[in-house]
Amino acid sequence: MNRVAAYRPVFQGTQPNHLHPPYVSSIKRAPTKPQVSIPYTLSEVTGPLFGPEIVSPKASDLTRGHAGEPLGERIIVNGRVLDENSRPLPNTLVEIWQANAAGRYLHRVDQHAAPLDPNFTGCGQAITDSEGRYRFVTIRPGEYPWGNHHNAWRPAHIHFSLFGPAFATRLVTQMYFPGDPLIPFDPIFNCTADEKARGRLISAFDWETTMPGHALGYRFDLILRGREATPMEE
Amino acid sequence: MSLQATTSQTVGPFFKIGFEWLYRDNLAGEGVSGERVSIQGRVLDGDGVTVPDAILEIWQANANGKYAHPEDTQDKVLEPGFKGYGRVPTNAEGRFSFATIKPGPVPGPDGKEQAPHLLVSVFMRGVLRRLVTRIYFPDEPRNAADFILGLVEPARRSTLIAKKVAGDSGTLEWNVVLQGTDETVFFDLGL
Repeated sequence: MNRVAAYRPVFQGTQPNHLHPPYVSSIKRAPTKPQVSIPYTLSEVTGPLFGPEIVSPKASDLTRGHAGEPLGERIIVNGRVLDENSRPLPNTLVEIWQANAAGRYLHRVDQHAAPLDPNFTGCGQAITDSEGRYRFVTIRPGEYPWGNHHNAWRPAHIHFSLFGPAFATRLVTQMYFPGDPLIPFDPIFNCTADEKARGRLISAFDWETTMPGHALGYRFDLILRGREATPMEE
Repeated sequence: MSLQATTSQTVGPFFKIGFEWLYRDNLAGEGVSGERVSIQGRVLDGDGVTVPDAILEIWQANANGKYAHPEDTQDKVLEPGFKGYGRVPTNAEGRFSFATIKPGPVPGPDGKEQAPHLLVSVFMRGVLRRLVTRIYFPDEPRNAADFILGLVEPARRSTLIAKKVAGDSGTLEWNVVLQGTDETVFFDLGL
């Protein structure tokens, strides 16, 4: 069989355009020529797969691995990874990274005058279980200023990276927190035209995973692209 | 009732924190057969300025044209140590490099084999959703009949074909040019 089952095109407006001038960095980096539409081949419907052996179970707890506890509000971030056909995606690598509670990244480029935390690195990994679930323990990241425009501040967010079953399903995104007053002003959050699609980047406070006396829970489900039905052999 | 894929967001300037643990700049370790090749290049923005905070991910078949993935059911040999995945950042000068083997041909949509190629995802601050492109090989007779290359206007095909480096037979150069007359061809997978 030569034809492979394609991934469905994304719904209009639910993914950002490359150029979004309010986000100034996109102006010189967004491609200007039309992209070339190609059919799916074996190359795009395969992709790197990572099993549980690549990730330590400890890698999903960002509050451990240092001499002491990190500063800040301990939180649980959890959810499910599904495809557009509502099928859970097990054994999918989820990577996260984030600023510390003071809004500072452990990165030489970040010169924000907020303290680093010797007990917080800010990266974690998890592999989804048989029902597509993942769970991280971390601290709530701080908001921080950036140079995009006058008085620009990023809302609190956690970066997410997922692979899924194929090259076609790769996703890098950011998770936000409910009630953050900076969200409506953030040009990165606002780069997606569809309001509902943007809104799905905001996690939900979650009593179910909140741990009494220990940590607030937030729920964030991620949807990777789904496939069309397998084409008939021609 | 179907769900909608989560919207993409930029990888931002600090991806090293989250990605470094899985940096892979050698896709072909011991026991992987094939023609060894080192691919190097730069990422350039619309002003021709090098981009020091980009990250490339590579996906490829082995020298037999077999992907390390269950959906590849071809009757071809796959070395146990071969994964086909690479992840390399650009350095302060906007340069990247990785070592691999030239992949074999894999099936194409027209019933013919595709010319040997690598798939590349490009992420960086300022790029809101990943850029998808391919690296093809120079002096490769299959390029002329490749189905995907045939969808690209002839004048732009050269942006997808790595160039030989004079005096260094094992090295190829391939650049990512984000804007301008030499802009790299990026593909639309319905993203």
